[in-house]
Amino acid sequence: MDMALQPAPLPGIATGDASRARALRRFNVGDRTFKTLTQVSAITVLVILAGVMISLVRGSLPAWQAFGLDFFTTQSWNPVTEKFGALPAIYGTLLTSFIAMLIGVPVSLGIAVFLTEICPERLRRSIGIAIELLAGIPSIIYGIWGLFIFAPFFQTHLQPALIDLFANVPVLNQLFAGPPYGIGLLTAGLILAIMVLPFITSIIREVFETVPPVLKEAAYGIGCTRWEVVRRVVIPYTRVGIIGGVMLGLGRALGETMAVTFVIGNAHRIMPSIMAPGTTISATIANEFTEATGDIYTASLVALGLILFLITFIVLAAARLMLMRIERKAGK
Amino acid sequence: MSAPKNNARYASRRRGNFIATVLSVGAACFGLTWLLLILTVLVVKGVGGLSPSVFSEMTPPPGGEGGLLNPIMGSLIMTIMAVLIGTPLGIMAGTYMAEYGRYSKLTMIVRFINDILLSAPSIVIGLFVYELMVATMGHFSAWAGAVALAIIVIPVVVRTTEDMLLLVPNTLREASAALGLPQWLVIRHVAYRAARAGITTGVLLAVARITGETAPLLFTALNNQFFSWDLNAPMASLPVVIFQFALSPYEDWQQLAWTGALLVTAAVLALSILARMLASKRVPS
Repeated sequence: MDMALQPAPLPGIATGDASRARALRRFNVGDRTFKTLTQVSAITVLVILAGVMISLVRGSLPAWQAFGLDFFTTQSWNPVTEKFGALPAIYGTLLTSFIAMLIGVPVSLGIAVFLTEICPERLRRSIGIAIELLAGIPSIIYGIWGLFIFAPFFQTHLQPALIDLFANVPVLNQLFAGPPYGIGLLTAGLILAIMVLPFITSIIREVFETVPPVLKEAAYGIGCTRWEVVRRVVIPYTRVGIIGGVMLGLGRALGETMAVTFVIGNAHRIMPSIMAPGTTISATIANEFTEATGDIYTASLVALGLILFLITFIVLAAARLMLMRIERKAGK
Repeated sequence: MSAPKNNARYASRRRGNFIATVLSVGAACFGLTWLLLILTVLVVKGVGGLSPSVFSEMTPPPGGEGGLLNPIMGSLIMTIMAVLIGTPLGIMAGTYMAEYGRYSKLTMIVRFINDILLSAPSIVIGLFVYELMVATMGHFSAWAGAVALAIIVIPVVVRTTEDMLLLVPNTLREASAALGLPQWLVIRHVAYRAARAGITTGVLLAVARITGETAPLLFTALNNQFFSWDLNAPMASLPVVIFQFALSPYEDWQQLAWTGALLVTAAVLALSILARMLASKRVPS
């Protein structure tokens, strides 16, 4: 294709062709300039990622020098004595995302199955669009709703019930121990679950639609029920894509800031109860960064950012690789 | 379905199907209920505070009268700057990937990294721009905020530009090349024109995305009680003001936060719907 787009080689240029030669030269220069410009822009994308990495490493150096690998295992977060550890924030990040996935994934799968297999054709498009629009709602909306509406409701109605329900069950009574604050790790996890719902659903729905209709029709044709078709044809065929979509949602949940910051409670402790206030990496940075005084404090927060970036990078890279695999499969 | 051989087995398969169907419909109802609930609360709480003064007055001190003029203007200015910085870069990068280096190794790497940037935690972008601009310049500024938002715009625009240019039929390119047009004019006059609606959609989606972004602005543009045109000074933005006011103990601030949240959501939904309408009449395939 490159060859075809080159301007034709100049035939012997006579004097009258001077303007033609000039035009061709202009074409050539333009082409080279434009190509270089676009190439540089493409490389800029790589530079941004490298820049993020370098600036986070550089900004967090004082913290690594002060604490070393102990930073990962220390529980204290004390601006006065300048002793910082990431453990509670990492714990909170992983736990809230785990709760979000525990609830969000099965429900998203259910909605996706509903949309592709059960829902009447006429409603399918509009519900699909509604879900995609909801996926675009800014996370701060989930946060403010969580703080003012969900947390009080959770505190007065659901938490006491949960505490009573599990009071005599050995392990669970530790996990669901009072007092009911309303805000805390569980609340943050639940709000994250609601937030990732439309996001994961729209990806899984797209992935489900890559299943060739012939496969499904064949299964229906030999008398499979709808559930059997979903379980034995649709899900096995799209398994890699589903996992990719789920991990993309996980990446979202891990790095989510605003939906969590409002309701997490910002406590740098690890409590056995999942209803206790806690913190996440992103919430800690959002809450404390502008008020952080001293190099070590700021550097510790940047170090948290670096940890978050590395975790999400791994999760997102794995997700993309998986989604690429199913795209290639669908392309064939 | 007449007289299946093994009635018990048939019944259990039907039961399984029934349970799965109920669960799936239940999941749909459950999920949609929450999301509708959030939207309803948002409208009910937000509409109460809507008044002309919201658009004409500055953010008030606690207990005072005021509106959201400075955050609205701040958000508009920083969004426009971010789009002005991010869009050309994004479109150019997308152009390289779809036109010049369609099968090159660089394109594959950029595509992969771009997809990661697309969902990278926005608070980390904020930290990056803080280190890059705020720490070196010594003060918070609207420029830093705009750059942080631009970094979020770029991957969205790169992705849609590449996708849309790939949809442009190659016969169009070949026809114009056959007329003797060099590649850069083919791209500018033919490919861009054919993909215009799609690329515009991408830009609109990017704007929708940054309209509600809070985390990258928290420690780049910070906040400002007043409005100023000075891009070198801190600047208020709707999401940051919502964050600050919602967490405050003052009821009138909280009311303004709800109203601001309603405005942001309405803007985001309007942009997404507009983008969708544009996308539905894109390149003839």
